[in-house]
Amino acid sequence: MSNPAIDAAFADEPAFIPYLAAGDPSYDASLEYVEALARGGADIIELGLPFSEPIAEGSTIQNAIVRSLQGGMTVGRYFEFVTDLDVDVPVVCMTYYNLIYQYGDEPGPEPFVRKAKSVGIDGFVVPDLPAEEADPLREACDEHGLDLVFIVAPTTDDERLDRLVSLSSGYLYVQARLGVTGARDDVSSETTSSLDRLAAYDIPKAVGFGIKTGEHARDIIAGGADGIIVGSALVDIIAEGTEADAPTEETAAELESLCEELKAGALEGAQ
Amino acid sequence: MPETDTTFGDYGGQYVPEALMPAIEELTDAYERYVLNNEDGFMDEFRERIRDFGGRPTPLQRADNLSERYDRDIYLKREDLLHGGAHKLNNALGQVLLAKYMGKERIIAETGAGQHGTATAMAAAHLDMPCEIYMGRRDVNRQRPNVFRMRINGAEVNPVDTGRGTLKEAISETMRDWATTVENTHYVIGSIVGPAPFPAMVRDFHRIISEETRRQTREQYGRLPDSVVACAGGGSNTMGIFADFTSDSPFSTAPDSNTDADDDVSLFAVEAGGSSLDVDEERGVAPNSASLSTGSEGVLHGARTKLLQNSDGQIMESHSVSSGLDYAGVGPELAKLVDDERVTPVNVDDDAALEAFHRLSQEEGIIPALETAHALAFLETETDADLGEFVVVNVSGRGDKDLEAALEETAQRDIPNAPAMEVFDE
Ligand SMILES: Cc1ncc(COP(=O)(O)O)c(C=O)c1O
Repeated sequence: MSNPAIDAAFADEPAFIPYLAAGDPSYDASLEYVEALARGGADIIELGLPFSEPIAEGSTIQNAIVRSLQGGMTVGRYFEFVTDLDVDVPVVCMTYYNLIYQYGDEPGPEPFVRKAKSVGIDGFVVPDLPAEEADPLREACDEHGLDLVFIVAPTTDDERLDRLVSLSSGYLYVQARLGVTGARDDVSSETTSSLDRLAAYDIPKAVGFGIKTGEHARDIIAGGADGIIVGSALVDIIAEGTEADAPTEETAAELESLCEELKAGALEGAQ
Repeated sequence: MPETDTTFGDYGGQYVPEALMPAIEELTDAYERYVLNNEDGFMDEFRERIRDFGGRPTPLQRADNLSERYDRDIYLKREDLLHGGAHKLNNALGQVLLAKYMGKERIIAETGAGQHGTATAMAAAHLDMPCEIYMGRRDVNRQRPNVFRMRINGAEVNPVDTGRGTLKEAISETMRDWATTVENTHYVIGSIVGPAPFPAMVRDFHRIISEETRRQTREQYGRLPDSVVACAGGGSNTMGIFADFTSDSPFSTAPDSNTDADDDVSLFAVEAGGSSLDVDEERGVAPNSASLSTGSEGVLHGARTKLLQNSDGQIMESHSVSSGLDYAGVGPELAKLVDDERVTPVNVDDDAALEAFHRLSQEEGIIPALETAHALAFLETETDADLGEFVVVNVSGRGDKDLEAALEETAQRDIPNAPAMEVFDE
């Protein structure tokens, strides 16, 4: 079962999927920044709901999460944020399981998913939820028609791969290299071998972890990916802007222009 | 696929990034083969090494002065006499040896009080494995002697600057390292926390405390104790000494562990009450580490367990005068045993722990770790608890590492039995 808005994002051309932490560094600035991603050509936006123990993130996104939480981001504010957001592309909520599990009166993922659906969220990526623990969230997503995207790692063997593909909907998040999130200067050779292994599966594959430039984007799409996911390289721009106390519009413009570069690289890779 | 159950009732599980899952499957398989089934004589080698290198069995000592003070027979299980000065070596040696059997090439670990880091560094040196330890910046400052010991044993110590710089942040950082290096590296987790199979496996390496205690109490006292008291941070020394007393536990793996009427043995897990049991919701701070007493169910560091968290599910910063108890979570097995009312969670505050630290030093000539001091403080504060006449307290570690911290913390408060703590001027 799959969400039509997300399917559409992969239909004609490679999907460009930027990530930002909602509320980084403040609610209002962050709204501007996320809208800049859309203007820059985002096909799907992965919008982080900050969790205090982000074990899958490198220091760039970890710091973004700290800024956002210090700026007052809460689960309730996050849902308002999505409602306030004026973008025309699907939004995937990227967060850790405890926040999903705690929401509502009873522990369990259903109240969170129901609320997410009502504010217009289209899917989830939950980096600390492996297939082993995913049944309750998968069921809630099916019930409300949201996608649940699983991450495939370089260490994932063929048996696990089958299982992840069968559980995943919308797309597969192909982790480009071992480790945590963070922008890198090269494209890992692990990416190519992962894409080769995945070629036979009929589900869009979006590659993330380390992508920084239009050139990376081009190479990864040319290597067989259906989409690229970029987080830390964009968050770096916000971090620099925050540190330099730059005007929001200036930082937003930089975000937009890196998005354009990444999207163009992806398009080039598809030719 | 391994067959071991990953949960303890509603608690436990494996909430980790996919990149780590194959390593966790591999570890589960190794745990079943080597630890549970003694394949290639693994457990024989472990027992030999924990005896010869570690110094087991540790004594069960009658504390004459405390016994008189409390008008009961108080016995101390002297894990402070284990090599390295804490129970931590049981697990560290077990896991480093297991990593070796699994063909891993590098060891990483986190540490709070530094005792687990020290034990891991010692085990790694003993078994010739390279080793890196993550430790919160605040804990590096509180536990400097252990930082030196780790380094002297050849380990690299990486201070962690995120959050409050305590155990919680150190665990997150070690998981990040592991996610990068998982193909050749084993993460020696320091307590009965984390994703399955860690909680069960760590308990099994510490179970030797309980085995010895059962034998020693029978030999020295003629029967099992009325109660067993241990401090609980993550809960490894707690489950270590409780393991063979819990009885009828469906997930128990020890053969013949249930041959006595163990239900008569009361089990008390003493948590750090810090400065208060109340929570500062606004700041996201719990001025305690009492997750069994006051926490709620949630998911942290790979397991569903009892946690200090706000209503959104954000993890709180915890507090304790002792670094080793300063953690917002607790082992899932303990959480289950508390729900089952098999283990009674109690807590004592920072001041009571400091008072107990001085008391044991003065009255018995044993300087306990500040963690252990919490267990001892419970004897003093909880006069109407049903401890019975024969009580065993697990002395989880010795206090050498804490001298500096204890001196500083004592100087800031009014601890009635504190000796003069000023530094001598010339
Ligand atoms: C001496 C000592 N006791 C107790 C603890 C608490 O850990 P656990 O509850 O896992 O035994 C520590 C942790 O560092 C310690 O060093």
